[in-house]
This record gives sequence, structure tokens and C-alpha cells, in this order.
Amino acid sequence: MARTRAPERTLLPGDEPLSLLRKDGSPVDDSPLAMPDDDVLVELHRRMVVGRRFDTQATALTKQGRLAVYPSSRGQEACEVGSVLALRPDDWLFPTYRDSVALVTRGVDPAETLTLLQGGWHLGYDPYEHRVGPQCTPLATNTLHAVGFAHAARLKGEDTAALVMLGDGATSEGDTHEALNFAGVWKAPVVFLVQNNGYAISVPMSKQSAAPSLAHKGIGYGVPSVLVDGNDVAAVYAVVREALVSGGPTLVEALTYRIEAHTNADDATRYRTSDEVAAWLDRDPVDRLEAYLTSRGLLDNERRAAVAAEAEDFAASVRAKMNADVVPSPDELFEHVYATTPAHLREQAAVLREELA
Amino acid sequence: MTAVTESQVSMAGALNRALADALAADPGVLVFGEDVGALGGVFRVTDGLAARFGDERVFDTPLAESGIVGTAIGMAMNGLRPVVEMQFDAFAYPAFEQITSHLAKLRNRTRGRVSLPVVIRVPYGGGIGGVEHHCDSSEAYYTHTPGLRVVTPGTPDDAYRLLRDSIDSPDPVIFLEPKRRYWAKGSLDQATSIGFDRALVRRTGRDVTLIAYGPMVATALETAEAAKEEGWDVEVVDLRSLAPFDDETVCASVRKTGRAVVVHEASGFGGYGAEVVARVTERCFHHLHAPVLRVTGFDIPYPPPKLEEHHLPSVDRILDAVARLQWDDEVVGVRGA
Ligand SMILES: Cc1ncc(C[n+]2csc(CCOP(=O)(O)OP(=O)(O)O)c2C)c(N)n1
Repeated sequence: MARTRAPERTLLPGDEPLSLLRKDGSPVDDSPLAMPDDDVLVELHRRMVVGRRFDTQATALTKQGRLAVYPSSRGQEACEVGSVLALRPDDWLFPTYRDSVALVTRGVDPAETLTLLQGGWHLGYDPYEHRVGPQCTPLATNTLHAVGFAHAARLKGEDTAALVMLGDGATSEGDTHEALNFAGVWKAPVVFLVQNNGYAISVPMSKQSAAPSLAHKGIGYGVPSVLVDGNDVAAVYAVVREALVSGGPTLVEALTYRIEAHTNADDATRYRTSDEVAAWLDRDPVDRLEAYLTSRGLLDNERRAAVAAEAEDFAASVRAKMNADVVPSPDELFEHVYATTPAHLREQAAVLREELA
Repeated sequence: MTAVTESQVSMAGALNRALADALAADPGVLVFGEDVGALGGVFRVTDGLAARFGDERVFDTPLAESGIVGTAIGMAMNGLRPVVEMQFDAFAYPAFEQITSHLAKLRNRTRGRVSLPVVIRVPYGGGIGGVEHHCDSSEAYYTHTPGLRVVTPGTPDDAYRLLRDSIDSPDPVIFLEPKRRYWAKGSLDQATSIGFDRALVRRTGRDVTLIAYGPMVATALETAEAAKEEGWDVEVVDLRSLAPFDDETVCASVRKTGRAVVVHEASGFGGYGAEVVARVTERCFHHLHAPVLRVTGFDIPYPPPKLEEHHLPSVDRILDAVARLQWDDEVVGVRGA
């Protein structure tokens, strides 16, 4: 059959990741991306510093037994913060277990963000209040929820896009492929942000996929795909914003690195070298933006100190909130299984109440 | 609801009517799946709906079951009421993760904030001469999953009513359609609502209760007729709702008759019938004259079409079970012996 329709946006990602800032913070002259406004850059900086402090605080809380587990996103702040600040107020975020910094950046109360990891309940926040879907643990399943959600918005005539986060490993799951295909066919306004942090627990990219890049995976589905430097927050913001307002689907592969282990329970020295980690520390997303902002006169020591103080306050408030013991009521076990509690669950609740009496 | 009583409507026709009425009643209702548009579904249950309601409300999706259920979840989160079709029972398995990990659990995980009014229609069971993977009875997988409602109609009238109730339900529903009964006709009395959670005594009797559902309701009723010749007065209970389970109706019947046989097409081992037997035994022990028996498909993968008649519970096999209920109370009855 003859080709009848030229793709509106190019499907192929470039060979090199798109960027706006080099690793030393100097601007890329010929970037096809538009540099975000100064006030956006300043805000990106503030949120990355606060997000990082939140992340280290959460890791510390695991050591005190306050959290059952915590998957750190240290090193991935440009993805977590850049993409979330690119969301318009009505847009929705569909995050994974690793995206707690994205959640606090979206405005979810840190204690509610950590409820899942604390073991208090499976979810602490109201998805509709923040336009954030439940943090997803089964890999890639959230991609389909995002596509369905965005398609429904389209059917209802709303200008709402969905941003779904997933990891490099999750791109191997069938649901990622079904979601890209549905999004392509329906032209659903969804941005798939693949945070390629190099590893799925211990499995490196080389064993995950033979594709030239994960962004290449969009091509076969007719989904325009972009490769971006995931440690360049300005570039992530610019790419994701453009994708969100495009009205259709986009696959964004952001090249980044997780500095910590998969979770506090993982030992990353078993599968990667300290040289590798050091090379990525040298590409730190926060340092990079700080260098740029400083060179532009948008960041001085005073402001830096103010942001650091805000981050400390935030961490202190997280500590205080997480220090309170939360023991959910056993009665809650039987609630919200169905819209109205059926007889057999009422009976089981009574048995447990009697046991506890 | 208008009181319309029609005779001779097929179950497929009743389901089609229910979908059309639900689409007409609520602009948020969507019907989608594989081949449900222009073709009207491989069993024609969605016949004419795309033409009448447009392809934004009734549409064909890419061929991907996990994708169908996963996107339905997202749509329901965004305020719509998706009714999706899985083409055949065994082809729903790619969607199993979306069903068990998300559809069933999101209300619970979100402490009631997210409601997922999704209906998954699954043509299930055998008896149509289908080749492998077209005849599974998958109810036990779904009924074992808290958070799902699982219902199955035995008659056209129930098909209509249960599907309307399922679409109205704030909870996700696995709607199992007994495909061998799609063309069986019956009356359609749209005015009657029995209640979504209720089992139904389809035939009253004194001596023994046959507990059946979906495709086996008709077989159980036939058995009851045949049993008259043996002098046994058989009651037939149609479960309709497999989960949640209506203990009240079932146990009232068994307490009355003192004997029960559970009948289903699915393999018996670890099957749904075991749950029914356990519940009845726990609740009615002192009323039982004999152990509660099961008549089920054998514990084998679904056989090829030329052998399926040996696998599926037949009137004879059910009658045998009834006979095995040890009618001489003096000799072997559990109670009163
Ligand atoms: C369906 C499924 N299989 C396995 C797991 C266990 N698991 C949790 S995280 C993970 C690795 C995921 O790697 P990636 O997608 O790259 O994301 P990252 O953790 O690096 O952010 C695995 C295998 C899971 N959560 N879900």
C-alpha cells in the first residue's frame, strides 16, 4: 500500500541525546531546544535541591526502620523534577515506586508520598487531588493506565495530557509495547518518560535490549521518539513540555544514572564499578544547573544558602512526620475491597474484632 | 424501566439489548475490544452498536488483551464506564495481570478514592465444538481474586438484567457469558430485578439441591425433569453471582433438602465447586443427610471437540451423583441414622 500520510513529527530520535547544558554547565549553542525561562530554571534548581534532600532523608529513614524500603532516585533529579514541572496543572502523572521525588515536586505531602514505602497503606494520597496516579510497582502496567486516561480525556474533549514514568527494564515488558501501540493508533496525548538509569536492579542495558536506543522502540508504533540527556534538567523540561502540548504520544528516553543502589536492600557493588559511579557523579544534574545559573547571575551564595535551608526544613518536617508511629486499624483490612462491604467480609471483620478484643 | 415481556429472545440478543440500553442511558459507557465494531463481535453480541452509537463509543482496539484492560482502567479512572470484550476465555489470560494486580485492587489500594466501574465480558466454557483455547472455564481464577465481582447468567432474562447491573456497578465485574447458551432462547422480562448479588431458586424441590451456574443451569433443569422418573424432587439453585457468594439462598435450599450436588464445567480440582461445597458444609452440616458432591469436568486440559461430550457434565452424570447421595437414611444417612 502506498504511503498516504507523512508523519507530522519525526519518529527517529537523533544519534546524540538532546541537551541544553553541557556537563560543566555551559550552554549548548546549537541546541534545537528552547532554553526555559529564567524563573523556570531557578525553580527547577530549587526543586532539585529540595528533592535530593528529601531523597537522602528517606534513605536515612530506612536505616532507622521507619520505612520498609526506599528506592532512591539520587542522580535522577533532572528527570524527576524537569518532567513534573513541565506538566500543566490539568495534566496527570503516572509514576513508579522510584518516583517519590516526582511526587513531592508535584506537591504531594511527603508523608503521604511515603505511606506505601512505610507500610502504612498501599497509597497515602488522593490521586484526584494532585492528578497523580498510584505509584506503580508491577512494571510497565501504568503505561496502559496513562494511555487509557489520556484517551478518555480526548473523548471528553479535555486538553489533558498524561506523563507516565518507567525505567529501562520496564521497556522490555509487554505492556510497554501494547501501550505504545495503543497510544500510536489512538494518537493519545501521552508522554512515556523512560528514565534509563543503566540498570534494572542488577541487569545492565546490554542485557536488556539490542536496540540502538530505547527511544528507537517508539518508531515501530508510529510514536515520535526523543533521546535526551537525562542529567540536563533544562533539556528534560523543554522536551517533556513540548511533548505534552503536542497533542499526541511521545516516547522520551532520558539517559541518566542512579547513584545509589536499586533500593536500600540492594548491594550495587556486585554489579557495577566505583569508576562508573564516579564518572556519573561528575555529570551531576544539580551541579550542572548551579554552574549555569551562577554564570548567568541567577544564583549567588545567598540564594544557594536559602535553598539549602529550605531543603533542610523540608527534611526536618519529613523526619518529624515519619517519627510518628502509624498503625492502621485492622478494621481497615475489610474496607474498600468493594464499594459496599459484602456479607462474607463483614463476617470476617467480626471474627478479627473478636480475636482482638 | 419499561415493563417489556418478550418471548423467544436469545441470550446473545438479550446481551446486545442490554449493551444498547446502557449506551443509550449513559454517555460515559463505552464498548470496545477485538472485532466488536463493524463485525459486531465474533458472537455478534455487539451487532449494530457501532453503527448506532458511533465509533468513539463502540470501537475496535488493537489486538492486545492486556492493553484493552489496562486502558479500560485508565478510562475508568477518568470517569468513563468501559465495557470490554475478551474474544474467548483463554485469550483473556494476557490481561490477567491488569485484572488481578490493578483492576481488582485499585479501590483498596487507594482507600476507596479510585473506583473502577469496568465490565469485562468473557465468553466462556465449552460445548460449541471449539478447538483448544476456545473453551476454558476460567471462573476460579477470577473468583479467587478479592475485589472482583464475578457473575454469569443462565438465561436470556438474567443476561439482560445482570449485564445492566454490572455496567451500573461501581466495582469491576467479570461477566462470564456461557457461550454454548448464546443461541438458547427464553423470555425477556426487563421489569424484573432480582438483585445483583442474589442466587435464584430456578425450580423448587424437596429431595436434593442442584447448585449450578452459567452453562450448567439448563443442564441442571433438564436433570431435575429426568429425576422425576426416579421419584426424586429436585431443587435447582442458579448462583448467578459467583463472587460475592449468596450463602443465604444456597443454604436455605440445602437446609430444606438436606442433600446437594454442585455442578460445573470447569475441572474439579481446586475449582470453584470446592468453595461451594466447603461453604455449604460449614454452614449446613447438621442438616445434611449425605456429603455434598461435585459433578465437574475432568482434571484435564480442555479436550478436543470430538471428545468434549465425555468431559462436560451430562444429565446422566448428574443423575448418577444424585443417586450416590445415599437415599437410605436408615443405613448411611449422616443425620438420623
Ligand atoms: C512485572 C514485574 N516484574 C518484576 C518486578 C521486580 N522488579 C522491581 S524493580 C525491577 C527492575 C526495574 O528496572 P527499571 O525498569 O530499569 O527501573 P528502575 O528500578 O531502574 O528505576 C524489577 C525486576 C516488578 N516490580 N514487576
